[in-house]
Amino acid sequence: MTQHVTRPKPEKNRLRRTMMFMNAQKPGLIKDAYIYGADTIMLDLEDAVAESQKDAARFSLYHALTTIDYGDTEVLVRINGLDTPHWQEDIRVAVAGGADGIRIAKCESAQDVKTVEEHILMAEREFGIEEGRTLIMAALESARGVVNAYEICTASDRLFGVALAGGDFRKDMRVKVTESGIDIMVARGMMLLAARAAGVQCFDTNFADFKNMEGFENEVRQNHQMGFDGKSIINPRQIRLVHQVFTPSAKEVDHAERLVRAYNEQASAGVGVFTFEGKMVDIAHVRDAQDLLKLAKASGVYHGDL
Amino acid sequence: MVIEKSAMAGTLESSDAQVTVEPADDLQISVSSSVLNQYGRQIKATVEATLERLEVTSGHVTVVDKGALDCTLKARVECAVFRSCDISASDVPWGGVIR
Repeated sequence: MTQHVTRPKPEKNRLRRTMMFMNAQKPGLIKDAYIYGADTIMLDLEDAVAESQKDAARFSLYHALTTIDYGDTEVLVRINGLDTPHWQEDIRVAVAGGADGIRIAKCESAQDVKTVEEHILMAEREFGIEEGRTLIMAALESARGVVNAYEICTASDRLFGVALAGGDFRKDMRVKVTESGIDIMVARGMMLLAARAAGVQCFDTNFADFKNMEGFENEVRQNHQMGFDGKSIINPRQIRLVHQVFTPSAKEVDHAERLVRAYNEQASAGVGVFTFEGKMVDIAHVRDAQDLLKLAKASGVYHGDL
Repeated sequence: MVIEKSAMAGTLESSDAQVTVEPADDLQISVSSSVLNQYGRQIKATVEATLERLEVTSGHVTVVDKGALDCTLKARVECAVFRSCDISASDVPWGGVIR
């Protein structure tokens, strides 16, 4: 009997600054995908795999999932669209292999999420995997998907987030990539609003021109300012910058820590609004600071006890 | 399983292996590899063990190895055999005979 890797139970809310896409059919890529340090690896059965190699990619994926120790890196599988003959077998293999979750390509409605959820549950039962273990994320790749973002975000307890897939979305909107991002600005905003309203995470599309580091940096900073949790990436060279931008600075951590400590002291004395370093602070600021510390802790830059 | 027709899986890219199976009366395995001297025996053992697990007792199996890990070799042999029986695309026994 072969020794199987047992992955820890997936966490719905975890750090996902970077999701790196890897063709599941290419052993050279997937065998050491985790060494680059992305928060999440996305093993791809969809666009990266040629139509004639969908079956081979699954065999390769199954053995990668059960043999390679990816450690703390989250491992997701992107399945083929629900309009293809592949997605059901994709779900079976991903669940059987113990993937942390499944990314639904070209998701357009709550029904799409429910359909995938149903098949995940069937696969969990078939392969003796703990029911409810396998997470879901949805990729919005069309105007219809973005317009339905809120119903998609609230369609399943397993769903941890949504992502925009720029390539197909731009085709649907008949726009081209712009430096300012105006081409998909509304879609980003609508998706973020829906995700926040539903309490799930939100990820931006990849930046395809990976030689243009300046353009990439501008986009990543804008993503961060808009409130995204992370970004799809296609090249390991893109990881460091995204992590830098999405990780709180030492100054921010220090400020948040002092604010939360000040609040804790005040709260035990029964005070609501209070003054901190000359500025008025209310509970929303405190929650912000607590979230920042949580992110800092998960990113490995805060080791305190708050 | 019985190899019913010629089938192939895998590529000649680095870290991969290309496996071809053909129907035959006897079982023959031939391996060529860029690392044959160091790993030839191990590659053959992995291929043999995989075929045994699939209960393939006859056929000609050709492996062109480009430095594949064991898990890749297994995946390519299994896929080639399943393709030879036209059953590689759905209801694959993951965790059963594929493990």
